[in-house]
Amino acid sequence: MAAAAPAAGAGPRVWAGTRRCFSRAAGSGLLAAERGHEPESRASSFCPPAHSCNDWIGPPDRHSNLRPIVFHIPKNESPLGRRLREFRQETQVWNQQFWASQNVSFRKGKEEFVYSRLKAKGLERKDETGQKITLSAEEMADFYKDFLSKNFKKHVCYNREWYKRNFTITFLMGQVAFERAWRRLGWKKTKVGN
Amino acid sequence: MSAARRCGPSRALTGLFVWHLPKPAVRQMPCKFMHCCGVANKKWITFQHLNFLKRMYVTQYNKDLSQQAKPKTDPVAPPFLEKKHLGQEKTVIREIRPVSPLHPSLSETSNRNEFKAVNSAAVVEDLATAGGVESKEEKQWKEMKLQLDDLPGILARLSKIKLTALVVSTASAGFAIAPVPFDLTCFLLTSIGTGLASCAANSINQFFEVPFDSNMNRTKNRPLVRGQISPLLAVSFAASCAVPGIALLTLGVNPLTGALGAFNIFLYTCCYTPMKRMSIVNTWVGAVVGAIPPIMGWTAATGSLDAGALLLGGILYSWQFPHFNALSWGLREDYSRGGYCMMSVTHPAMCRRVALRHCLALIGLSTMAPILNVTTWNFPLISLPINLYISYLGFRFYRDADRSSSRKLFFCSLWHLPMLLLLMLTCKKSLLEKEDKSELLS
Repeated sequence: MAAAAPAAGAGPRVWAGTRRCFSRAAGSGLLAAERGHEPESRASSFCPPAHSCNDWIGPPDRHSNLRPIVFHIPKNESPLGRRLREFRQETQVWNQQFWASQNVSFRKGKEEFVYSRLKAKGLERKDETGQKITLSAEEMADFYKDFLSKNFKKHVCYNREWYKRNFTITFLMGQVAFERAWRRLGWKKTKVGN
Repeated sequence: MSAARRCGPSRALTGLFVWHLPKPAVRQMPCKFMHCCGVANKKWITFQHLNFLKRMYVTQYNKDLSQQAKPKTDPVAPPFLEKKHLGQEKTVIREIRPVSPLHPSLSETSNRNEFKAVNSAAVVEDLATAGGVESKEEKQWKEMKLQLDDLPGILARLSKIKLTALVVSTASAGFAIAPVPFDLTCFLLTSIGTGLASCAANSINQFFEVPFDSNMNRTKNRPLVRGQISPLLAVSFAASCAVPGIALLTLGVNPLTGALGAFNIFLYTCCYTPMKRMSIVNTWVGAVVGAIPPIMGWTAATGSLDAGALLLGGILYSWQFPHFNALSWGLREDYSRGGYCMMSVTHPAMCRRVALRHCLALIGLSTMAPILNVTTWNFPLISLPINLYISYLGFRFYRDADRSSSRKLFFCSLWHLPMLLLLMLTCKKSLLEKEDKSELLS
């Protein structure tokens, strides 16, 4: 699906996170291969409509539960705006990596724990009907405690970094908003002057 | 399957969905479900397919299966106005023909024909579902454009309006129970100021916790998580609530109340919120956060921090433990995965012990009320049944340590607190009594 031809005078609309709009079947695989990391990155297969000049947010990611954002690049983007957008993109990738790996390791750990406990009880992973046997919350409590303590240091580092990034992004947003308002005021003044 | 054949690929592609139930909170789920079951007394409502944010239902009416389908929506309509669509949706009920099983007794040709038909239908369905899945995914992408119509709802959810209402009511209770003549203006100013301060604190809390909220079922539909509002706007909203709120309390009521309000915002946003991920002590800090609003109400009325205020604060402080510990019992998996340090995960026995301890403390604190001249001796007597009941549930939670006892304790705490405060208000020591006593003594 090629990007729709921009309307006359609209100027090119570019979307960060989707370098080109391919057909879906080819797109996600190709882009994922280009980037060299995990496939099924939802952002790579979605193309916002050409006329839109806002960011688009997608459904939660399968692994990280975070919602990917496809950022819009305005044609008159200032250096500050560009810095903000790139920082947000970078933070998104960093967040995605952390939470995806966290959730995947949680699921894996949980599976292993359940398997080992069931084995100790002399049971199979699945019962006669083919359904997976689950342990009660009380039995899982040991795993939850263990997982939390194992990942504590990781979380401490992540928290510090997240707070820093969150503040930076919000501060940059404030600066960009102020800059835009100032520009608009400047244009109005020149219009009035003329 | 025959419905897909009947509708044709285009229909199937647009997605058959029926009933767009807003994602209910965990607490509300049983009530809404019961309501659904109550309403459809002749219909069986079964979950056929759980899709993100959409639920599909197959209903059985008079032994015939029927499927409600929504006609294709106008693509021009902005997706953010999903909620408005609810009222305008026209549902179409189509009957699903039962799929006839393949009988081996049929002749070969008819077998082959049916097989072809089934195959082609399956292929169509596969394509339809594949295309349907993709288009569904596409539909789930939303433009991050702030709709002014949605803004009040978004801000209400950002400020956790229900929790704010609870906080304001505890502050109002503190104001009303204070042993001074009731001043309506002061009361309103206190309530509004406390409400604004609470909105600000809750917004900042959500601002800090976006990736963690995304990973927990209870909180994954918050406005910042869903991108309905930008972080900048959330912070601006918080500031625009905090500044007038604290100013109102400081200038309109008294500086002590203003200082307590500001301190509470600081405690909640800068101590409790980060501490949630560092140490289990966060629960005790959070209990203090919950205890301050009634103290604020009292100081707003009297202008001073006396024993009665601390007693009220103590009651709210103790109440937080059975309330929160019981709630956290059912969230252990999410806390563990999300990296939250909560007693229920790290020290489960302590979690239950502390909850029980504070249920019993409530009895003791209720007995202190007449001693400190806050209420008459009726209060400990009248409140004994509900205090004993919550202590009993606390004991059950301590002993059984299972999901059902934790839920019972949690739901009990929700009505126990308003009831206790109401009883306190009705048993409030009347001012005339006090004046008579002081006259007699002199």
